[in-house]
Amino acid sequence: MATAASTPAATSSVAWRHRHLIDVDVVTWPEIELIMRTTDEMKGVLARPIRRVPALNGRRVMTLFYEASTRTRVSFETAARNLSADVVSIATATSSVTKGESLVDTVRTLEALGAEILVMRHAVSGAPYLAAEVFGGHVLNGGDGWHAHPTQALLDLYTMREHLPGGNLRGRKVAIVGDILHSRVARSNIWTLTAAGADLWLCGPATLLRGMDRWATAWGSGAIPGHGRFNVTTDIEAALRDADVVMGLRIQRERMQGALLPSLREYAARFQLNAERVSLARPEAIVMHPGPMNEGVEIAPDVAASGRSVITDQVANGVAVRMALLYLLAGAHEAAPGEIAR
Amino acid sequence: MTDRQIMTGDEIRRAIVRISHEIVEKQAGTQGLVLIGIQRRGVPLAKRIADAIEEHEGTRVPVGALDITFYRDDLSLVAQQPIVKGTDLPFDMNDATVVLVDDVLFTGRTIRCAMDALIDFGRPRAIRLAVLIDRGHRELPIRADHVGKNVPTSREEIVRVHVAEIDGSDEVSIGRLLRVPEAGGAAG
Repeated sequence: MATAASTPAATSSVAWRHRHLIDVDVVTWPEIELIMRTTDEMKGVLARPIRRVPALNGRRVMTLFYEASTRTRVSFETAARNLSADVVSIATATSSVTKGESLVDTVRTLEALGAEILVMRHAVSGAPYLAAEVFGGHVLNGGDGWHAHPTQALLDLYTMREHLPGGNLRGRKVAIVGDILHSRVARSNIWTLTAAGADLWLCGPATLLRGMDRWATAWGSGAIPGHGRFNVTTDIEAALRDADVVMGLRIQRERMQGALLPSLREYAARFQLNAERVSLARPEAIVMHPGPMNEGVEIAPDVAASGRSVITDQVANGVAVRMALLYLLAGAHEAAPGEIAR
Repeated sequence: MTDRQIMTGDEIRRAIVRISHEIVEKQAGTQGLVLIGIQRRGVPLAKRIADAIEEHEGTRVPVGALDITFYRDDLSLVAQQPIVKGTDLPFDMNDATVVLVDDVLFTGRTIRCAMDALIDFGRPRAIRLAVLIDRGHRELPIRADHVGKNVPTSREEIVRVHVAEIDGSDEVSIGRLLRVPEAGGAAG
């Protein structure tokens, strides 16, 4: 290890330079590959008799969740503990937030209490950008409004690569079905999956696809270098036919304002991922869902529990991906030359 | 300033053969012996020692690879996280005699990390250490059981071990540190 000399291309590639991770839009493809490789190593750690390494020993991770969450918060906290970090969990329902403390004040207070990495979830899109402006450490977005859920997109990508032959998404058809409009999971997945070269299809009722076709058209013209085009359709059969990956999204009843859906029953009748519809996909296709599921609405219970379902793999991979990101972010603190604020 | 060669490919080969004999002699055979190379250049060196043992003993001892990145004590000091290179220990460590193999022994901090990591995988009967180069300047009470070559150095010097599997050729050279070493080289 004392030989700092020549480092061959195989491992030199890229170093992590982002102080925060708020969305995957600023992450380059080589950086995504670095996250995937680091996740492989973290999965190795999780397979050991002692699932803990001292990489973040003594570092303080705080989770600040303004929205309900079980899997994401527990996943982050498990990930941080597996790296030997000290973890403090703030549930806003029992904090001074209920007394009217602003986000900025809360973030400053947590920093004064020693927070070095702040994992946050907020109902307002863009809230983590505001937190990152005032926070001296690292901000990791655990989901903000309709905007972004970067760790979910990365664990989805990791899970797809794990199950697809050759671990490559190039040309693979990925269908995301459901409430696209309110979905930060879909928005973050658009960035990673089009960067991966997947043939991406977004499908749902027209009211829940609003604005997506314009985005798709803009991308189709090559507006964003390094990202391929994607398709938007209300035709569930066209979306699922010969798909390699089928992902259901939750109908987010808490975000529905006005009459976007006639009824959940009608949604289920037209768009539910049931056995018959999923049989349009390739025989070896995998079924995914970021959870929590409304079984019987966007996905049929037998599909969620079928042999094609990798939903529990997603949850398990989530811990490894979050370990990788906590580890990478924690090392970006002194990346002075070419430091990237977000 | 140019580097000065301190070991040729032939000298490296002879040192590895000698170390392989020493290891077997100390263990009185190959029973219960495993070799673990520390990423990166310890890994090919461990394979070569196993090859040499196979040649003169006729048995293949298991070889593993250990990445100590997550165990480093200087993560908050380096500018960027080192890239992890992979741990592969395809055998049971309990009751084995583990010989750690690395290219250069310097401060001893890498070896401390490696022992911390190993103990998370099981309870070896003994841990021994084989290095190609011992360059001194220990910061911890650690010594090597098997040394290819002792090389007196100053702290400002840098020892470069090149192995054919990674660098295309076998050679050890010594030079002056002209720039801040990359993150991967800081542990010693």
